[in-house]
Amino acid sequence: MTTLQRKTHPRTVARFATALITAAVMGASAQAVAQDDDPIKVGILHSLSGTMAISETVLKDTVEMLIEQQNDAGGLLGRQLEAVVVDPASNWPLFAERARELLAQEEVDVIFGNWTSVSRKAVLPVVEELNGLLFYPVQYEGEESSENVFYTGAAPNQQAIPAVEYLINQVGIERFALVGTDYVYPRTTNRILEAFLKDEHGIADEDIMINYTPFGHSDWQNIVAEIRRFGEEGKPTAVISTVNGDANVPFYTELSNQGIDAADIPVIAFSVGEQELTGIDTGPLVGHLAAWNYFMSVDTDENYDFIDAWIDYTGDEMAVTNDPMEAHYIGFNMWAEAVRKAGTTDVDAVKDAIIGVAVPNLSGGYAAMMPNHHITKPVLIGEIQDNGQFDIVWQTPSTVAGDAWSDYLPGSRDLIADWRKPMECGNFNVVNGSCGGSTAAEEAEAALAE
Amino acid sequence: MRRFLSLGLLCLLLLSVTVTAQAQTSATVDADDAAALELLEALDVRSYPAKGEAIIAILQSDDERARDWLQSLLDGRLQRADDGRFVVVLDNQGRDWPVADALTGEPLGEMSRRDLDRIGINNNLRNQLRSAIAVVDLYSPDVERRRTSATRLLGEVDEELAEPLGELIAAEDDTQVKRRLTQALAIYQVENGELEGVETLKGSLHPRVRVALSRAANDDDPIIADAANEALVSIEQNIKINRGLETLYFGLSLGSVLVLAAIGLAITFGVMGVINMAHGELIMLGAYTTWMMQQLLPGQPGLALILSIPAGFMVAALAGVAIERGVIQFLKGRPLETLLATFGISLILQQLVRTLISPLNRTVITPEWMSGSLVINDALSLTLNRMFVLGFALVVFAALMLIMRRTRLGLEVRAVTQNRAMARSMGIRATRVDIMTFALGSGVAGLAGVALSQLTNVGPNLGQNYIIDSFMVVVFGGVGNLWGTLVAGLSLGIINQVLEPWAGAVLAKIIVLVFIILFIQKRPRGLFPQKGRAAEG
Repeated sequence: MTTLQRKTHPRTVARFATALITAAVMGASAQAVAQDDDPIKVGILHSLSGTMAISETVLKDTVEMLIEQQNDAGGLLGRQLEAVVVDPASNWPLFAERARELLAQEEVDVIFGNWTSVSRKAVLPVVEELNGLLFYPVQYEGEESSENVFYTGAAPNQQAIPAVEYLINQVGIERFALVGTDYVYPRTTNRILEAFLKDEHGIADEDIMINYTPFGHSDWQNIVAEIRRFGEEGKPTAVISTVNGDANVPFYTELSNQGIDAADIPVIAFSVGEQELTGIDTGPLVGHLAAWNYFMSVDTDENYDFIDAWIDYTGDEMAVTNDPMEAHYIGFNMWAEAVRKAGTTDVDAVKDAIIGVAVPNLSGGYAAMMPNHHITKPVLIGEIQDNGQFDIVWQTPSTVAGDAWSDYLPGSRDLIADWRKPMECGNFNVVNGSCGGSTAAEEAEAALAE
Repeated sequence: MRRFLSLGLLCLLLLSVTVTAQAQTSATVDADDAAALELLEALDVRSYPAKGEAIIAILQSDDERARDWLQSLLDGRLQRADDGRFVVVLDNQGRDWPVADALTGEPLGEMSRRDLDRIGINNNLRNQLRSAIAVVDLYSPDVERRRTSATRLLGEVDEELAEPLGELIAAEDDTQVKRRLTQALAIYQVENGELEGVETLKGSLHPRVRVALSRAANDDDPIIADAANEALVSIEQNIKINRGLETLYFGLSLGSVLVLAAIGLAITFGVMGVINMAHGELIMLGAYTTWMMQQLLPGQPGLALILSIPAGFMVAALAGVAIERGVIQFLKGRPLETLLATFGISLILQQLVRTLISPLNRTVITPEWMSGSLVINDALSLTLNRMFVLGFALVVFAALMLIMRRTRLGLEVRAVTQNRAMARSMGIRATRVDIMTFALGSGVAGLAGVALSQLTNVGPNLGQNYIIDSFMVVVFGGVGNLWGTLVAGLSLGIINQVLEPWAGAVLAKIIVLVFIILFIQKRPRGLFPQKGRAAEG
């Protein structure tokens, strides 16, 4: 930019600036006109084909249902909402392209989307460049905070850490097998957990077993046998599973066939919800655990209403709800509330207005948007039942605020995120008192890669 | 490992069991119900320790329904309705559940899950319940119950139980129960530093025995420690052998999956030379046929699975014929176009399933006789579903060999692939043979799908996961050779499983791929190259 200006004649610059201002004014007036009758556009960026369609299709339906409900209730700011659905087809680069399409061509006011971390990382620069709003509904590994992204899923301190504390304090587990799919979320989570187990609970090296498998791994015989032997040595043992997606069915089938009972070696999963269990006969899995912030079995009227609405919307009597759906429910209501508060759908206004907004969650409490763009959530531990549902056996006494930067990783523990004025920083280093920019994030990543 | 039952509880339990037998007949119904309601009400509390105490109270009561209550509590079926009645849920699928009264057992029709509150339990209570039921079942006339109960008690015997256990062992006539109870008692003896126990435990492979012996090996008494050490050495030796056998079984099982997935391809690609990227989706069709059959025959998963074998074959074969007639026949001799076209077909088929059925996985139920494992000894048990798949793969292979070697169709197929022009001039209708061969290969892929539905996800991505492996096996084995496919599949399976424990699943896969690449460099025609004129292709 500087070289360009130096070479250009000042008068040309002035003329160019005038043209820009004129365009901006015209644009603004055009927008003002548009606000009265045009619908508010809500972008939905979930894979409807490819490997992730299994998880993401229902999220698209959820947002569509929420939009329908909002429209039935009179819309927002007197305007109707309109869903703009695109299909990024489980293809990470395509996520970035589709996000650009939504923001630049369709000019949507907000996007609800993404499942995998890698797709979110692909979309991130686009959303930041075009100043969009993205609500991300899935539990993830943390170590990120963007001005344009709102993380309505759980950060590690809202899922993994309380789950492990439950195992140690309530169940009395002394040995841990960390089993995961080989990609960024399990690796980061396991790194945090390993540091947490060793530093906070003094678990020895030989009592931690770590194992990674490729995506879609289907032959679990050896790993399950290894887990069985690991658990037969006399100490109470548990498996912490960050196995993702399709690999879970053969994993659980092998567990039950090799006779690993939840009462002997419980498996606690961070990526297995009601949706994933629909493909499995859960009879032999009773008692295995999952940690989430919502279960379909939550016994509140809000939840039963949500389930009934969902069953009516899908027309499927056996339809299930799950945690990321609740995250979209919360995210959508927060966004709607912020729009009402700001009186406009303008991205910057909504971004400022949403911090501090609190809306009801489905488990009988409230979720509030924190300044680091994460939300407060209760942590629930559920045991699998023979009907594919979870029975809640433990929950945190109050809600937990999401922490973007883990306290258990070197390089990350000194960082905080606060998008309120005047800080407006996603990675503020409290030790040297400066907004780290990209360096701090890189340091944290370098520390991860070690 | 005496984790779950307190001494006092056990003592009282044994008392109550004997009392129950006498009291059952005399108790009047009305007084019973009031007392029973009180017992159940104690379960409906938030705290798990309090529920634990309520369970003990139920055991101590002389109510004949105690075991049933505990069992339905264990199964999560004991619930409380809004009106305060305790009910047992008979079926918990969907929004409304059929229930029965917990006290009278009389059916109460359907209730909404909104109006029911489950008496929840956690894993600790589950353990406590199982141990409690085990102690009750020790006196059961049912041999199966006594067996489960005896195995459960390994490592959980304490002072109070040790005494009656001696009498029980003497009175027991089932050898299995007797052996287990003796071991259970011996573990207790070892824990108390009695040398006699070590002698009894010699040669046992049960993990609880090993834990007890390892502890005894660090005993202060050198005689006990030495004896325990000696026993452990021979046990470890034995376990090593069993572990080797286990790995071999794992390898054969993975290998049989590879063979099943690849053998259809060995016909279409190996014999006909068609690169069919939609092969995986034909497997998927077979798996979906199994699901469909189970939907058509609810409650009979086993029968549905058996009927799926011919059905899966037919569905995949018909799809194969459609692909051959619709696309492949126009692309004869143009492998690159065939590859691209069939890849397109595979994507279309996947999306078709996603749109027409669901993007979600479908549940295929494993019949009772295929679940669990066959226990060879305490250190080695073979999972039944995989054993069936292994057997099925061998049967399919044998049948295919018979067809190719002994039938007219096989003869014609071989003739057409060796020299198409010559075969045609001898009066063989080459086009018909093409169709039949492709149908056969596709049908076998369908069979693979039926088998895989018992091992893995039945979802739109099922085929994708197997297509690369299938090509790998066929190329490694030698294109056009069925024996090559069998040997290649089984040996790749074994290599993979031997590597996996020390290299990890990701690295093991990479090593196998590198190995195949190097092997193909050295012997481009695979393990069993075609010889003679058939080799020109």
